[in-house]
Amino acid sequence: MSQPNSLTLQEMILRLKQYWGERGCIIQEPFDMEVGAGTMCPETFLRVLGPKPYRTAYVQPSRRPADGRYGDNPNRLYKHMQLQVILKPTPADVIEQYMGSLEAIGIDLRKHDIKLEEDNWESPTLGAWGVGWQVMLDGLEITQFTYFQQCGGLDLDLIPAEITYGLERLTAFLQGVDSVYDIVWRPGVTYRDVRYTDELQYSVYNFEAAHVPTLWKLFEIHEGEARRLIDLYADSTEKARYPLLAAYDHVLKCSNLFNTLDARGAISVTERVGVIGRVRKLAVGVAEAWVDQQQVAA
Amino acid sequence: MNFLLEIGCEEIPDWMLKGALEYLGTAIGDLTKSPTRTDATPRRLVVRTEGLVARQPDSEERVWGPAKSAPAPAVAGFAKKQGIDAAQLEILSDGKAEKYTYVRKTAGRATTEILAEALPQLILKTPFPKTMLWPGKGGARFIRPIRWVVALLDNQVIPFEIADVKSGNQSSGHRKLGANRFPVTYENFEEKLRENFVILSSAERKRRIEAVRTEYKQDEELLDVLVNLTEWPTPITGNFDPSFLDLPGEVLTTVMKVHQKYFSVSGSNGHLAAQFVAVTNTDGDPDGLIQLGNERVLRARFNDARFFWDTDQKHKLSERVQNLANVTFQAKLGSYLQKTERVVALVKELGGDAHAERAALLAKTDLTTELVKEFTELQGIVGGLYARAQGEPEEVATAIYDHYKPVSMEDSIPRTLTAQLVAIADKLDTLRGCFSIGMIPTGSKDPFALRRAAQGIVKIVVEGKLRLPIRQLLSGDAALEEFFFDRVRYYFREIRAFQYDEVNAVLAAGSDDLVDVEERLTAVRQVRPTPDFEPLAASFKRISNIVKQAQLADVGFALNAVLLEAGPEAELHAHIVAIGKVLRELPDYPAKLERIATLRPAVDLFFDKVMVNVENPAVRQNRLALLHSVLTEFSTIADFSEIVTTSQENK
Repeated sequence: MSQPNSLTLQEMILRLKQYWGERGCIIQEPFDMEVGAGTMCPETFLRVLGPKPYRTAYVQPSRRPADGRYGDNPNRLYKHMQLQVILKPTPADVIEQYMGSLEAIGIDLRKHDIKLEEDNWESPTLGAWGVGWQVMLDGLEITQFTYFQQCGGLDLDLIPAEITYGLERLTAFLQGVDSVYDIVWRPGVTYRDVRYTDELQYSVYNFEAAHVPTLWKLFEIHEGEARRLIDLYADSTEKARYPLLAAYDHVLKCSNLFNTLDARGAISVTERVGVIGRVRKLAVGVAEAWVDQQQVAA
Repeated sequence: MNFLLEIGCEEIPDWMLKGALEYLGTAIGDLTKSPTRTDATPRRLVVRTEGLVARQPDSEERVWGPAKSAPAPAVAGFAKKQGIDAAQLEILSDGKAEKYTYVRKTAGRATTEILAEALPQLILKTPFPKTMLWPGKGGARFIRPIRWVVALLDNQVIPFEIADVKSGNQSSGHRKLGANRFPVTYENFEEKLRENFVILSSAERKRRIEAVRTEYKQDEELLDVLVNLTEWPTPITGNFDPSFLDLPGEVLTTVMKVHQKYFSVSGSNGHLAAQFVAVTNTDGDPDGLIQLGNERVLRARFNDARFFWDTDQKHKLSERVQNLANVTFQAKLGSYLQKTERVVALVKELGGDAHAERAALLAKTDLTTELVKEFTELQGIVGGLYARAQGEPEEVATAIYDHYKPVSMEDSIPRTLTAQLVAIADKLDTLRGCFSIGMIPTGSKDPFALRRAAQGIVKIVVEGKLRLPIRQLLSGDAALEEFFFDRVRYYFREIRAFQYDEVNAVLAAGSDDLVDVEERLTAVRQVRPTPDFEPLAASFKRISNIVKQAQLADVGFALNAVLLEAGPEAELHAHIVAIGKVLRELPDYPAKLERIATLRPAVDLFFDKVMVNVENPAVRQNRLALLHSVLTEFSTIADFSEIVTTSQENK
């Protein structure tokens, strides 16, 4: 089934990292906590704030508890991998650079159909939004391209371009396979070999086994710790060394717990808005303090 | 001189091109006082015009200085201020005194200068629904970043800068097939673009798409989207596994159109064929890779749909009713379960039978299905399909299927009476609820689409010929009534093309039964061209004014036949009585209107010969009462005083 000369998953990741590394990006490793998207990592959420230019690229395994399908659905995953690129500020030839990255992983764009179709992005939990496109390759959405405008409720000083590749989709496309589980990870090893068990077990946990009262308790504990740290920042006499990054970790914990509770069916639609608001408040609190801290440090 | 402007931009959303061109064409037309030609592709907005003058005409103005008697330094100061030599001044009289003076000549500004100054702001003011800022604070706002600008006046660059981009003569081709930069002139612009795989004319792009040999289903809306998404459109035909044709056509079509922007294809029997037409932004698919890719994506989408369909069958719609408690309709208005309960009661109130109640109970349950979560635009339709598959009576399934209809004024109303009642009840509940919590649409803000809901009710009631007591159904909410009757007026005027005064006249004579309103409107429209109608309407207006100006007590005065003066007055009275009697027996509104129109000679004669405001109070009152009876007797079909007659319009 696999198309000749197509890259394995790991080759593709290496090539993309190589490509963006050559274009001034810091090649980061995945953030070591559970997040719903590469955008939520401090490397994006905090780095896009303030006036400092920054370029980074990293793979981020992203957990979406509600999207789990026990490993049964060929296109849906509890955890998928995003390759996230942040270019701040956006270079004028950003789209040409992006197209170059597709060529770098072996897509001859003269033989394919590529379109940029309007798709704006908004994250209510992060108080963030931007405008951009979904990049369609022969009818398949392979990338989200966003010009951030606001993050943590704050207007951005420099507008970054965020390029998010859906690695499983892209690889399945290149390898010509219908199921992500048939992706060749490295010769002789499929995506199924590596990931099927996670998909099955986390689906069971998120939909059946997670103990709702415990998750709520955890949510409140993390919320409390984030809140405490954010509140104490204002009066801190040693702002430059204040642990806002740790506060943000707790915000991310809240976000993932919320997603798990949601998948578990434990949050009614009415409650939903309220809980999103609580997480958003924390995210905005960290963002504001972070911008202040950057100024103090500078 | 000819003028070419090309704003090169990253991909502009397809649906925004039209508005942007309208603005740019008008703004530049106003600036250059010339008719403009506009074109767009996703990556460029182009305005062209011809016949511009090179510069504005020179102007002259006489400037007056100090009086002849002024000391020399004052004269020298004036000359210096004007930037001329004192010797150039002459002495003339301005009519009052002799003064130093000269004629100031101002050269007209070069057009290129005017354009260079005006264009940056003009371009950035293009109204887009949602703009972005780049490259950062203090930067520019546009729909997406501007990457190049061609601005030529007789092929000379009009120099300006916009968001760090300098205007020039360099255009850009198709992202993959054309050159990134190449020079253009006014004359070779379109040809150069074509060499670089950009077809500037949207009409030509459309023709390229329509040239596909596959007989795809016409869809103007989708066609326009694709025309505006491509610079070099090439349609390709793909296939899918015929086994997917087991899925409902509605689902397949939605996946193809909404999610993949494909045209679907009709088979020989009127059903779907296992084919689709995709429009690529390329010059072909020599290796078939694009077709293969699109087929694979569609297969995955269809597999998803099938997976959802199968999963959804595990719980019948009837088992999903309680789950609606977890789906919020609106925070203050509660869940969809609560809405369902209200709609069921409302359907009963409207006279719906058991099928209607059942449909109302199940109508929203598809909101809990995977298929609707994935394809929200199929709400209702999926419910109807599932109801049928799960053995609900056909009447119930159709009612669920149709209950969101009409989704626009072009859409048809629900097919059956049961469906119509459920559709009305659902919309009415939304209207009542939103108005009760003050969620009233203002301007363009109408998040719950209440205008569409009200409009939908009007259309269903009128076109379904449902005799419903509208005001009672609006539950006496004054704001809702006003809002609703705005939609009634809109419907009859804009959709049914009745004149606004006809609508006013008919509604003034009673508006509770919209079917009756429609019948009366049709009658008025039919009888209006007859010779007696408008003059009579003018008389009614006159009567109405007289009655309005009179004392209320006078008008209320009962008619006393003894006081009637022989001649025109008595004759008018006799006519009123006679016509009034006949009217009750006439079969339809046009006949009645025609009969009322026969009153005209008597009314005319009355006004000709009889004075209303006479000294004798008893006679005056009696005459007012007579006129008032004309209004009360004959204004039940339409209040003719609302009719704007030709003579009034001429004034």
